[in-house]
Amino acid sequence: MNYIDPHIHMVSRTTDDYRRMAMAGCVAVTEPAFWAGFDRSSPQGFHDYFRQLTDYEPRRAAAFGIRHYCWLCINPKEAQDMALAKDVIALIPQFLDEPNVLGIGEIGLNKNTKNELAVLEQQIALADQHNRLILVHTPHLEDKLKGTLLIIDAIKRNTRIDPARVLIDHVEEHTVAAVLDAGFWAGMTLYPDSKCTPQRAVDILETYGHHRLVMNSAGDWGPSDPLSVPHARLEMLTRGHTRDTVTQVTLHNPATFLGQCDKFRFDSATD
Amino acid sequence: MTYTQAVDAYFQEHRAKLIDIAAFFDRLDRAPGNKAPRHDDPRVAALRRCIALLNDGQPNRARRVLETLSDPTTAPTDQPGSPATGAYTPPNTPSSNANT
Repeated sequence: MNYIDPHIHMVSRTTDDYRRMAMAGCVAVTEPAFWAGFDRSSPQGFHDYFRQLTDYEPRRAAAFGIRHYCWLCINPKEAQDMALAKDVIALIPQFLDEPNVLGIGEIGLNKNTKNELAVLEQQIALADQHNRLILVHTPHLEDKLKGTLLIIDAIKRNTRIDPARVLIDHVEEHTVAAVLDAGFWAGMTLYPDSKCTPQRAVDILETYGHHRLVMNSAGDWGPSDPLSVPHARLEMLTRGHTRDTVTQVTLHNPATFLGQCDKFRFDSATD
Repeated sequence: MTYTQAVDAYFQEHRAKLIDIAAFFDRLDRAPGNKAPRHDDPRVAALRRCIALLNDGQPNRARRVLETLSDPTTAPTDQPGSPATGAYTPPNTPSSNANT
């Protein structure tokens, strides 16, 4: 059974992870630009990171038959520095036509500040100007509910953005309804200690249905599991969901959202 | 998955998690500097509120636990403040009873 992991930070993962993901049926990943665990000191650091995402990482994935796509942005945590954010946003257009760049992401909020919100609005405008998909990061822990609602309002203020071309990630039980009701796609991140466990993600699927819902590992340098999507697939099967439903949620749903960018290749016959 | 199947599949796992929580509170009781409950750490106090709603007979417990732990304000802030800890703490609240 094949699947797509629509949110994983492979720059932080080993080659062995690519091998294990390929063996588990992963056919494609999409990698949003994110916080490296430390604040970068200059726009040049982001330039090099964007080169890594658009040049080096796709070749590393291809060695295991996995197609690698990415999203570019300045992440919400470093967006508190508005001067840095302005310079980084200016770098992005030169990379947007690279063959694996799907859109702008993961933009959003971290601590729900005015600066973060201003930079979020600038990057929503950037996606609008270039007609790109958007991938959104919602804040951690106690900041998630407030931040998700602020993000939804910010996107809706730009009336040219079609919610069906935006995936709002890291939803949990207290935010998923607001995201889906506003017409966005919702991503459930499967983490061992925070966000959703595979069990809770399947609970959410059983509560809200599988329309416009996807699951991802968001595997990175922190506690995370690059095989968490296969774990959630097993959880679905164990509960009696059909293989067709499992494939719908973990392969066809992400392919439908991502396929709105014509660079995304998906062959239902072979994938 | 039926009710009985769900109990069979998940009871042992959640029994273990419940005992983990009980042991956590025992650990806090033994810890030097403990002044609970009058000066409970705000995170621990939030956890106690969450535990109370688990057995209130109302549905949507996961959503309500998450809401109980969430920042209830709605306006963006001027500064980032402290990193997220898992339970909303109003500004200028002591973060640990060891510091009170």
